[in-house]
Amino acid sequence: MSSITLQNITKRFGEKTALNDLSLTIQDQEFFVLLGPTGAGKTTTLRVIAGLEKQDTGDVLFDGTSMTGAVPAERDVAFVFQQYSLYPNMSVFDNLAFPLRSPLRKLPKGEIERRVKTAAETLRITHLLARKTAKLSGGEMQRVSIGRAIVREPRVYLMDEPLSNLDAKLREALRIELVHLQKTQGSTTVFVTHDQIEALTMAQRIAVLDEGHILQIGTPHEIYDAPATTFVATLVGTPRINLMQASRQDGRIFVKDSSVRLPPPTGIDLPADFLLGVRPEDVRPTNSGEFSGKVALTEPLGVETIVHIRSGENILTSLVPGITPISVGEEVRFDIVRERLHYFHPTGKRIVAASV
Amino acid sequence: MGTRASAPRAPATISTRVDKVGLRPKVTRAIRAFVVVILTVLILLPVVWMVMTSLKSPSDVVAVPPKIIFEPSIESFIFLVTERVQFPTRQEADEFRARDDLKWYEEKVAERGQKITRVGDFPKQLRNSFIIAGTSTIFSVLFGVLSAYAFSRFRIPGEGDLLFFILSTRMLPPVAVTIPIFLMYRELGLDNTYFGLILLYTTFNLSFSVWLLKGFIDEIPKEYEEAALVDGYTRLQAFRKVVLPQAVTGIAATTVFCFIFAWNEYAFAAMLTSDATRTAPPSIPSIQGVGRIEWETIAAASLVFLMPVVIVTFALRKHLLRGVTFGAIRKG
Repeated sequence: MSSITLQNITKRFGEKTALNDLSLTIQDQEFFVLLGPTGAGKTTTLRVIAGLEKQDTGDVLFDGTSMTGAVPAERDVAFVFQQYSLYPNMSVFDNLAFPLRSPLRKLPKGEIERRVKTAAETLRITHLLARKTAKLSGGEMQRVSIGRAIVREPRVYLMDEPLSNLDAKLREALRIELVHLQKTQGSTTVFVTHDQIEALTMAQRIAVLDEGHILQIGTPHEIYDAPATTFVATLVGTPRINLMQASRQDGRIFVKDSSVRLPPPTGIDLPADFLLGVRPEDVRPTNSGEFSGKVALTEPLGVETIVHIRSGENILTSLVPGITPISVGEEVRFDIVRERLHYFHPTGKRIVAASV
Repeated sequence: MGTRASAPRAPATISTRVDKVGLRPKVTRAIRAFVVVILTVLILLPVVWMVMTSLKSPSDVVAVPPKIIFEPSIESFIFLVTERVQFPTRQEADEFRARDDLKWYEEKVAERGQKITRVGDFPKQLRNSFIIAGTSTIFSVLFGVLSAYAFSRFRIPGEGDLLFFILSTRMLPPVAVTIPIFLMYRELGLDNTYFGLILLYTTFNLSFSVWLLKGFIDEIPKEYEEAALVDGYTRLQAFRKVVLPQAVTGIAATTVFCFIFAWNEYAFAAMLTSDATRTAPPSIPSIQGVGRIEWETIAAASLVFLMPVVIVTFALRKHLLRGVTFGAIRKG
C-alpha cells in the first residue's frame, strides 16, 4: 500500500475547469473520502490518480515518486466503478481473474484460482462464480466489482460511488463490509461519494470538494463540528443545519426576523452582520426554554423526530430523540446549545476564534 | 372477504382480452398476414423463377407457355463450368457419343451435339470475386473498427470535420467518377489488378463501415476498457479483450453489408477488369452460349453467385437482427 500526494493539480475539459489547483495527501492505509455534489471534481480527481485522465498541470506522487506519465497499468491501482464495470461477456470467475491474467503479472493458474476463491469467500459470492455477469443483481454485481479490486494487492483502491446505484439496505450492508475489508487489509482507499452519511460513517478523513476546489479536509468529526464554510455545513448533516442571518448589536446577537437573542461568544471577533449556524440537534425544545415558537411541522422518523419550529420569520429545525408528543400548531419553548454555535461571514467562510 | 368465496366457477379457458376478440383485431390480423404473404411472394418470385430456370433443360427454358412442371436437369451447371464447341455435323456428334470412355458430364453435353473443350471461365471469375470481395471486406471492417474506435474514444482535433469528410465520399454516386478513376488507374497501372479493385471497394466501404461501427462502439460504455486499463492491460489489449467481444454484433452487420456491396459491384468491375481479374457480376450477363443464348446457364450462374451472400447472411443472422435494430434497444 502507498501514500498518495496530489500537488497543485489542475484539469480542464475545454472551457470548464474540473480541478483547480488541487493539493492533498492521503496517508498510507487511510480510508479517505472525497465528498461533494455532482460536478465537484471528485471523479476527475480519482481518474487523475488512476491515470485515466491526464492532469494539465501539477503532479501525482505515489510514495513520493512522480506518477506523471505512467499509464494506468503501471500505477497498480484498483478501480471500482459506479456501474458498467463488469465485463459482460465473461463469467464472474473470469471477471475476478481478469486482473490476475494481465500480461503484467503472469501468475500461475493455481495462484489465480486460489486468490479468486479467497476474494469470493471474503465477499460471499462463491456461489456466483460460474454465473454470467448479466444474470447478477445490482448488489451482486457491485460485490464482484469490489472482488475484482481485492484479488490483487494494489497500491491503492479507488472507489467511485460504488454504492450509489444500490438500494438503501444493501448500501448499508456493503458500507460496513467495505470498512471491515479496509481495516483488515490495511489498504489505502480513496472513496468518492456525494452521500454525506457514507462519508461520515466510513472515512478516516474527508475532503469536501466543490467546483474543483477543496473546501476542507478533516476527520468526520472536524467536518461536522467545525465546517469551514456554509457550503460544508449544509452538505454534511441531516436534517440540514439552521443558517440564519444575524447581527451584533449592543453586545448581543440578534437573529434577524426572530425573537432569538444570544450573548456573544467569547474569544471570537464577530462582524456586524454574519450568518449563524445551529445544528438541529442543538435546538432543544424544553418547557423551561428561553425562546418560544410555534410548531409548523413534525416528521417522526422513529428513532428521532424532526420538529420545525417557526420563530418570527425563521423556521428552525430541531431534532429530538424518539417520538415526541409535540404536535403541529403547538406553542413550544426551546433552548439553543450555546457552545455549539457556528459563525460564518456573509461570504460563507467560517469565523474562527482569534488565536491569542 | 367471506363474500368473495361464492360458488366455484369454471376457470376461464378463453381469453377475454379485448385486443384478441371482436371483429376489428381479427380483420387487422388477417390483412396483416395477407400483406406479408403478398410481399413474400413478390420478393421470392424472381428467385424461384431463377432456380426453376437453372434446373430446366434448354428446350423447357424457352417453352411457351412457361412450364411450371418439368423434368429437372443439371445440364445448366455443366454448361456453366465448361467451354464447349458444337460438332459441325450430326454424324460427328453421333460418333463422339458412341465412344465409351466418356465421363457422365461429357455424355450429357454430347447429347446436345457438343464437346467440352476446357474448363469454363466462370469458376475463375467466381474465385476472383471471392478474392476481391473477401479481401476488401476484411480491410474495410478492420480499418473501420480501428478508426471507429479512435473516433469514439479519443479526442481528435477536427473530429466532426473528419467524420463528415469520410462520409462525403458517399455523397456522389460512385459511377459518376468511373471515368476519372479509370484514367487514374490506367496511369498508375492499377487497372486489371486485384489490388486495384480491393483498394477501390475498401475505399467505398470504409466510410460506411466507420460510421456504422462508430455507432456500435459508442454504445459500449468506456468504463469497461478503463477497468481493463487499471487491471493491468494496455490500450490495445483492452481493445482486443473487452471491446471487440462486445462489438461482435456491429462487426457482423458491417461485414455483411460490406461484403454484399463488394460482391455485387458491377460498374467498376466491368470497366477495370478483363480476363485475368474479371469478377462474376460483369461476366454473368455476357455468358456466351453455344449457338444460342443459354438462359439456363445464366440462371445457374446467378444462382451460384447468390449463394455466398446467402451463406454469409445466414451465418451471421443472429447478430444481424440486433445489428439492424441497434440503438433501439437500451442496454441494461
